[in-house]
Amino acid sequence: MDSSDWITLLYAGWTTIWVSGVSIVFGIILGLVVAMLRAAKIPVVSQALAVYVSLIRATPMVTLVLFLFVIAPSVGWEVDARVVAIAAMTINTTAFNAEIWRSALTSFSREQLEAAKAAGMTTGLTLRRIMLPQMLTTSLPGLVNEMSLLVKSSPAIAMIGIVDLTRVTNRIAAVTYDPLPPILAAGLLYILIIGGLVRFQRIADSRAKRLAM
Amino acid sequence: MNGIKMLWDNLDVFSVGLQNTLILFCVSAVFSFLLACFIAFLLEGRDNIPRRFVRGGLDLMRMLPFLIFLYLLYYGLPNVGISMDVWSAGFIALITYHGAYFAEILRAARTSLPSGQAEAACAHGFINSKMYWRILLPQMVMRSGPLFGNQLVCLLKDTAFLSIITLMDLTAAASAVQAKYFVPLPPFIFVIVLYWSITLCVEALLRRLGRRAQKRGLVNE
Repeated sequence: MDSSDWITLLYAGWTTIWVSGVSIVFGIILGLVVAMLRAAKIPVVSQALAVYVSLIRATPMVTLVLFLFVIAPSVGWEVDARVVAIAAMTINTTAFNAEIWRSALTSFSREQLEAAKAAGMTTGLTLRRIMLPQMLTTSLPGLVNEMSLLVKSSPAIAMIGIVDLTRVTNRIAAVTYDPLPPILAAGLLYILIIGGLVRFQRIADSRAKRLAM
Repeated sequence: MNGIKMLWDNLDVFSVGLQNTLILFCVSAVFSFLLACFIAFLLEGRDNIPRRFVRGGLDLMRMLPFLIFLYLLYYGLPNVGISMDVWSAGFIALITYHGAYFAEILRAARTSLPSGQAEAACAHGFINSKMYWRILLPQMVMRSGPLFGNQLVCLLKDTAFLSIITLMDLTAAASAVQAKYFVPLPPFIFVIVLYWSITLCVEALLRRLGRRAQKRGLVNE
């Protein structure tokens, strides 16, 4: 492996990071929306979302990515593979994030809600000023954990032709006829990315514990 | 109903895929659990350099995506003279990778056990290995029931990665049928529902085990 291979590898690493990053941002927001809709107990919507969460939890990322990739043209969307990848990863991570948000939502202290009501705060204001800041702190460790799980399942997007950190090893090996060094280098980069997230999770964990006390 | 006829005509493809996925899942689940019990046994005792080494290995394994580990075994190792077929690479990858995760779950359960028990067993003359297998391990396993459930679902989902290295599993079956007719919806929906039902079965089984454990007083909640 020479320096140009390293540049290809780092570029592919950047692809993995930004595709995962976009999905994480969408996933966290949509997860909150799903959790709130489920908590609102709207008759049909609530059950449908419960099925969605349970179904996606059981669907392998590879299957989901492949499914969206082959279904998109047949329903008339001629979309980029990267859009499919982001959509699949967002659908996947939203389901897990929704569960994390929901547990924070259902375990939120009633005393605080009653106090807010007694102080004359509207529901929106209570949500924005009282609930969300605390829910974010308590669910951040879980959300970060889910981020690292998402990055670990992101190689599935290599299936549909996106040159991510996993697929790039094939590319480099096709030129050098030596697959071991690029795979090891890609593994190292993954360890750096996920190791960073794990460290972030520890920090978030200690902050959440401080709030709980 | 064209879709149902299509599924019916290709039932043999799906049944081979389902069979392969189930074989991979069950065999890897059992062996990775056994491997994890053994690793947790190695970690039992005072912290020293070999143990720190094992723990570092577990941490590294948990920071690696499954597919890159699989690539390492299947595409990387032939270069240093170790080549294996798809099945053995798949089994080795699934068992060692998820063995590391199960071991981590057991390790976390071990730290939450009260230390008095181990001391009492020691005072009764239990040697280290017997104490681990008879007293500590059963409690560690029973305490981490839900976490095992999650990890088993992850294991099931990771078997789908093996379709990338051309193993004929459930996902590969769906994509083969899709490629034959160019009608993607029925095969994929069918396969996703199959994955879902396997997951629901695993979760129901673990719930029953958990209830039994509670009845026998192995979990104190």
